[in-house]
Amino acid sequence: MGPGTAWYLAVAGFLFGVGALGVLIRRNPLIVLLSLEIMLNGANLALIAFARHLNNGAGQIFALAVMAVAASEVVVGLGLIVALNRKRVPLDVDRLSSLRG
Amino acid sequence: MIVASVGNVLVWAVWLGAAFACLGSAVAVVSFTNPFYSALALIGNLGSLAVLYLLLSSEFVAAAQVLVYAGAVMVMFLFVIAYIGPRTESPWTGGPTWQTIGAVLAAGAILVEIVVVIGLKAGGSLSHSHHVDGTFGTPSYIGRLFLTDHLLAFEITSIVLLVAAIGGVILGAHSRTVHPDEVPPL
Repeated sequence: MGPGTAWYLAVAGFLFGVGALGVLIRRNPLIVLLSLEIMLNGANLALIAFARHLNNGAGQIFALAVMAVAASEVVVGLGLIVALNRKRVPLDVDRLSSLRG
Repeated sequence: MIVASVGNVLVWAVWLGAAFACLGSAVAVVSFTNPFYSALALIGNLGSLAVLYLLLSSEFVAAAQVLVYAGAVMVMFLFVIAYIGPRTESPWTGGPTWQTIGAVLAAGAILVEIVVVIGLKAGGSLSHSHHVDGTFGTPSYIGRLFLTDHLLAFEITSIVLLVAAIGGVILGAHSRTVHPDEVPPL
């Protein structure tokens, strides 16, 4: 017997907390996106741990769907960052407080 | 018996290595000042998570994690970071502001909530896990689930990816037509 499900869930919870800290603390939108990836991966680890625990493949299907959604989110987020950079807008989420034009 | 205990120790050793690599690289992503180093640390994080997925007998998800995340998504991240150029930002200098303190408190509260809920509500039922057979998590198992029970999720995923691709193209094209007289730097 290897480590039980609770150990994997502890790692997943810690990953989610570290990702949330990065999203809240960092001001560079690129690092905010990277921290979002950490949060999504923490959720994925919990899903896969429960899929193994309950012998049910639906958790793995959900994890794959989360990976697809994360890839789409990265495409749109990086497109926004490149567009902001082309318009010479400062890449600082504290100063990106208005969405006007 | 001896072989089983040696296997146990090996599984625990691999688990400990992967888990601590995962947590350490996550902290590194949040605390590095250079976004390029943060992206490289996130690649390490995704790789050690793939090892954890393999220990949970999810071979297909581990392979997809390495191919899709560490292979495709992170390459796109690194390209954008190289395109924008180095912008270092030091989040830990200048003393703690109210924003930093609030963020640390909020993230700590999320972590405590997760641990307390898991410990209180699911602690008893987590001790005995179901037995899984050899086909669990193999590509044929995942493929059969995707094409029978979860066909709707499969199709919706394809539509989400299509919409994201269109959105990326529109964002790139729009930001190009905003300044028609601007000469693109070569």
